[in-house]
Amino acid sequence: MCSHGKISSMFQSKPRQYLRSSQTTAFRAVLALLSAALLLSGCSNKKSSDIILATTTSTYDTGLLDELIPAFTEKYGYKVKPIAVGTGEALTMGESGEADVLLVHAPAAEKAFMAAGHGVSRKRVMYNWFLLVGPDRDFADARAADNIAGAFQGISENKATFISRGDDSGTHKRELALWKASKKTPEKPWHQEAGQGMGATLRIADEKQGYTLTDEATFRAQQKSLSLRAFDFAGQDLKNNYSVIVVTKNPGSKAFSRFLVSRRGQSLIRKFRSPEYKKALFTPDAE
Amino acid sequence: MELLLKGLYRALDMLTSADPELVTILWLSLKVSVGAVVLALAIGLPIGTWLALGRFRGQRFLVALANAGMGLPPVVVGLTVAVLLWRSGPLGSWGLLYTPTAMVLAQLVIALPIVIALTISAIQSLDPRIRLEAMSLGASTIQMVSVLWREARLGIMAAAMAGFGGAISEVGAVLMVGGNIRGQTRVMTTAIVTETRMGHFDIAIALGILLLLLVFLANLVLTYLQQRQRYD
Repeated sequence: MCSHGKISSMFQSKPRQYLRSSQTTAFRAVLALLSAALLLSGCSNKKSSDIILATTTSTYDTGLLDELIPAFTEKYGYKVKPIAVGTGEALTMGESGEADVLLVHAPAAEKAFMAAGHGVSRKRVMYNWFLLVGPDRDFADARAADNIAGAFQGISENKATFISRGDDSGTHKRELALWKASKKTPEKPWHQEAGQGMGATLRIADEKQGYTLTDEATFRAQQKSLSLRAFDFAGQDLKNNYSVIVVTKNPGSKAFSRFLVSRRGQSLIRKFRSPEYKKALFTPDAE
Repeated sequence: MELLLKGLYRALDMLTSADPELVTILWLSLKVSVGAVVLALAIGLPIGTWLALGRFRGQRFLVALANAGMGLPPVVVGLTVAVLLWRSGPLGSWGLLYTPTAMVLAQLVIALPIVIALTISAIQSLDPRIRLEAMSLGASTIQMVSVLWREARLGIMAAAMAGFGGAISEVGAVLMVGGNIRGQTRVMTTAIVTETRMGHFDIAIALGILLLLLVFLANLVLTYLQQRQRYD
């Protein structure tokens, strides 16, 4: 009788007790984890000499930054974290202080950025050209056009497939400006937005046999694996200017900007060659 | 087709030459994902066990939450963790964005619901008499939980494997919180994205093959552990 009562009371009381103490176990585990995370964060906090560079994809995908950054780090000792994004996103990162320095190519947006007081300094670094590229069969007869506006008009009138970056990048901004200048409105379904970087957009244009606006560097670096041909109009409206913008007071960002426009930085840019293309991809033009 | 063969050849070439950059990337992939899974087990096992055995209001809701969490889109996780870690974000002063630690945190969030949900089902599929018997023998909580974990070890190992698979194969979250920085936060999946974007398809395919190999080897080790214990 007595032992029976003991067992039943054990069955009644144990589960609740179990619950309570397992809750504390879980709680302790979470506590231990949080303190571990804090410790870890303490470890990585000391790297204040790191600078975050928000950059357009073209400088990254062509391999130019792989030349410039190690040379900069060796000379000045600052570690650079390059984040490859479109110019639109890079400017937003600069505005909220997520990046220390920007390497971008959308002069109009950059001027607005500086006018709004988001940047400390802005310097010209280099340029290349935008190219219209398209299928070899040239459905819109772009090769007969006198200038880029004429070619855009031809694409619109023929409703030829045009693949747009559609990602608020510098190239996308320029494309929209060119549509405006050609007095044509891009329309679905022939005007399609990829929402991706230049390399991926070129690939889509290639597969769909469409036209697209590209920076010269990315196109030349990938030309071998593409069947697209370039229509080079080389007018001032196609000049692609890259600038460096210092955003934060971090001394590393100022040093990086100075380095890009220095004789050493400019000569590295002039000598840079992509393994796939043996000619210069960027022309330095710092003042 | 030719490209696939080229990729395979490239993969063999990279492996035999032990390309130092490749070794760095492989090693970081492994470190980040194993770290995330170990943390996910440390947190997820107790929580999963508690949810499996608990009888309280909202228990079913929490279990449903864990099950739904298995389908958590990595990009959403990446975006959320990135927003928290931004300099202007609440944890910005930690200076963690674009570091491997941030990548571990993001993958932890991805692996945790998987570990919790599979732990719940592993514990709940045990014969309930095991627990009752342990209790009737006067086992303390810790003793009983260790008995349950031992009995459910096959399911728990499966939880670890699934969590690891979810962590190492995702690209959206590590891309956002890691930044895919060469030599610092580039892992296998983000390296594949980069090489594809650059038009280096053979390298991208080679990396894909090596990633599959890495996942297979990791699971091979875990499976051997799992199956050996079956006969203990």
